[in-house]
Amino acid sequence: METLWFAIVALMLAIYVVLDGFDFGTGIVYLFVARTDAERRTVLQSIEPVWDGNEVWLIASGGLLFMAFPRVYASVFSGFYLALMLVLWLLMLRGISLPLRSHLPNPLWRTFWDWVFAGASLLLAIVLGATLGNLVRGVPLNAEGYFFAALWTDFLPGPVPGILDWYTLLMGLEGAAILTLHGADYLAMKTEGQVRDRARRIASLGQWAVVMLTLVAILALPLVQPGLRRNYDAHPLGYGLLLLALGSLACHFYWRRRQQDGATFLASSLLILGLLGSTAWGLYPNLLISTGDPTHSLTVSNAAVSQEGLRTALGWFLVGFSLVAAYSVYVYRCFLGKVVLPEDERPGA
Amino acid sequence: MASALLYDRLQFAFTATFHYLFPQLTMGLALLIVYFKSRALWTGDDHYHLVARFWIKIFAISFAFGVVTGIPLEFQFGTNWARFANYAGGVIGQTLGMEGLFAFFLESSFLGILLFGEEKLGARVHWVAAVMLFLGSWLSGWLIIATNAWMQHPVAYRVAADGTLHVTSLSGLFTNDWLLWQYPHNMAASVATSAFVMAAVGAYYRLSGSHALYAKTFLRTGVVAAALASFLLLFPTGHEAGKQVFAYQPATGAAFEGVFHNETGAGIVLVGQPNMDTLTIDNAITVPWALSILVYQRAKAEVRGLDTFPRDTWPDNVPLLYYAYHIMIGLGTLFVAVTGTALVWLWRGKLFDCPWLLWVLMLSAPFPYIATTAGWMTAELGRQPWLVHGLLRTADGASPLVSSGNALFTLIGFVGLYTVLGLLFLFLIFDTINKGPAATPQAQPTEGRP
Repeated sequence: METLWFAIVALMLAIYVVLDGFDFGTGIVYLFVARTDAERRTVLQSIEPVWDGNEVWLIASGGLLFMAFPRVYASVFSGFYLALMLVLWLLMLRGISLPLRSHLPNPLWRTFWDWVFAGASLLLAIVLGATLGNLVRGVPLNAEGYFFAALWTDFLPGPVPGILDWYTLLMGLEGAAILTLHGADYLAMKTEGQVRDRARRIASLGQWAVVMLTLVAILALPLVQPGLRRNYDAHPLGYGLLLLALGSLACHFYWRRRQQDGATFLASSLLILGLLGSTAWGLYPNLLISTGDPTHSLTVSNAAVSQEGLRTALGWFLVGFSLVAAYSVYVYRCFLGKVVLPEDERPGA
Repeated sequence: MASALLYDRLQFAFTATFHYLFPQLTMGLALLIVYFKSRALWTGDDHYHLVARFWIKIFAISFAFGVVTGIPLEFQFGTNWARFANYAGGVIGQTLGMEGLFAFFLESSFLGILLFGEEKLGARVHWVAAVMLFLGSWLSGWLIIATNAWMQHPVAYRVAADGTLHVTSLSGLFTNDWLLWQYPHNMAASVATSAFVMAAVGAYYRLSGSHALYAKTFLRTGVVAAALASFLLLFPTGHEAGKQVFAYQPATGAAFEGVFHNETGAGIVLVGQPNMDTLTIDNAITVPWALSILVYQRAKAEVRGLDTFPRDTWPDNVPLLYYAYHIMIGLGTLFVAVTGTALVWLWRGKLFDCPWLLWVLMLSAPFPYIATTAGWMTAELGRQPWLVHGLLRTADGASPLVSSGNALFTLIGFVGLYTVLGLLFLFLIFDTINKGPAATPQAQPTEGRP
């Protein structure tokens, strides 16, 4: 039962990264692919009906983590206190920048919110990557299962590391690169003309950055967290997930060259799912690895709530998840296809 | 560590209070939007489409601010209240998890359709989206109040070997006595807020002579809904919720009313200042027997005084609790008087040309916000010194390793950021109100986006 909930929470988070990832990525490339106000409105319109729903996956994942593993929730959230508060503030700024920008036609006003939107998106992508880096590397848990991480110490992933060290920074860059790629692929799919061409160019360059950073990250992994290999040696099935990631990356190159935008977006989505899936495979049964005494690690068995709680929740989760899947698909179908500005908003109109 | 606790409490109080300014408008507004959309669909009258579109725009702005300020609340259970999260996660994780899965997805998915899909998907789908949004937001309220009701009056749990709590039945959580009165009370307050705002906008249009077409619709709907909601707030929901406090949290009830010593035939203090040194009310103006009658239906019934409870179980800020409670009750009574008068004037066909009453309605818009805030202060200060009533003290719920310096750092950050957010919100809302419903053409996809 705990294992199932580990998988559910991991899946929810992975879906979150894929979905909110493309609108973070859109924010990162926003200033580069869209130059005029009409282009910018086109780009924003491609994410406007959905980004809010995408963010709900984060909140829902948080809620489910809280339900299933309250000890982990308590430990992670209080331990990464400063980083999480920064994330909150960034999410707020990014969230209000869109309605505020469109409210006034004043160019200075719009430029200001454009920068807020793009800057917050980039920082959030870096934070997502660095978060993953922290989970892989581990944190200095005490006997009671709590820790408090400084934002940075000496930038070395030792026994008492900061939230930022060279490894988590590397993962932050990796996160930013992948989401840039993902967002550019999304825009190539959703737009036309110059915006699409610029997005395609960014995606073509971006895939090389992703290849290099992924290689470095995988090579660096044994230095930081050798334990991750254990599950792969015991259950080689996990290599399938890694293969999915690498295969998607290869397909990405192939489809990008042939400018098949829809397929390329699928490839970058699968790449993210594959990478996150293989990380989760390696982490299990740990939810939070201790960098000191290994018995302090929080695992699915010492951090889960009661069996009856998990069983009760499984009932409503299955109902709720089916509903969510149904209307997510419905909403995405409603807004399928290329973005076209309404008649009165086209340039010259 | 003591000062860290203070900052943790201030931060949660501040962020929760600020957050709730937005949902209290949107939950009630969702109901009124469903009403307008239904009228538009039934009668085919384009006027109601325009009216609905205008309020959807106001809704969207308020909803966006509600969403971004809501995320920190869920997060803070972990960041600042880690011991509480660990202790009670086995119970309230259920309701909070359900809120994300059932309510938030519903709201965010259908808000997108409500804002951007009217032209593309037609009037019927648009109506369905309005209904779904209403269901989502009221369900969210239900699950949050269920969580809060459990903290006020814990039920359906068992204590595990390691001391943490675990849920024993979901239906137990949802049939909590406390929830069954607190929820309708809270939702009536939300409808009152949105209806007062609607009436105030109508009164403003009427008085300033702008958007004449819409002034009457807003006033009519706003006044009728506000009158209904204000009445429900006092009776039965407020009355019954109050009786529950005396039943389940008697020390809190005594503090509400400033009853320091046992009294037979206790009165209600209308005005007066609690004196914590002498344990009396200074300058009291009292209605005799009223409290005994309201709580126990007998003029001579005895009401237990605060001094019969051990001092360490008293709410830790009795005067503030007393004032919050009195502000809530005082404003609630005033709402019934104002909306009752407006209703009579509306009935006699005189409301639209009665400047003094329109002025009163226009200026009354902020007061439901104050009353609701005071109401939540009443509930939350009344729960002290407990985080989970009778089980976990607030002092034992905070995160063990978050130092006071870090907590103060983020508290200052929130105060700064929310000041800016509040100013931007007011600007957006006043600007939208001034432009009026006519400025909302068929579909304007880049407008008012959350």
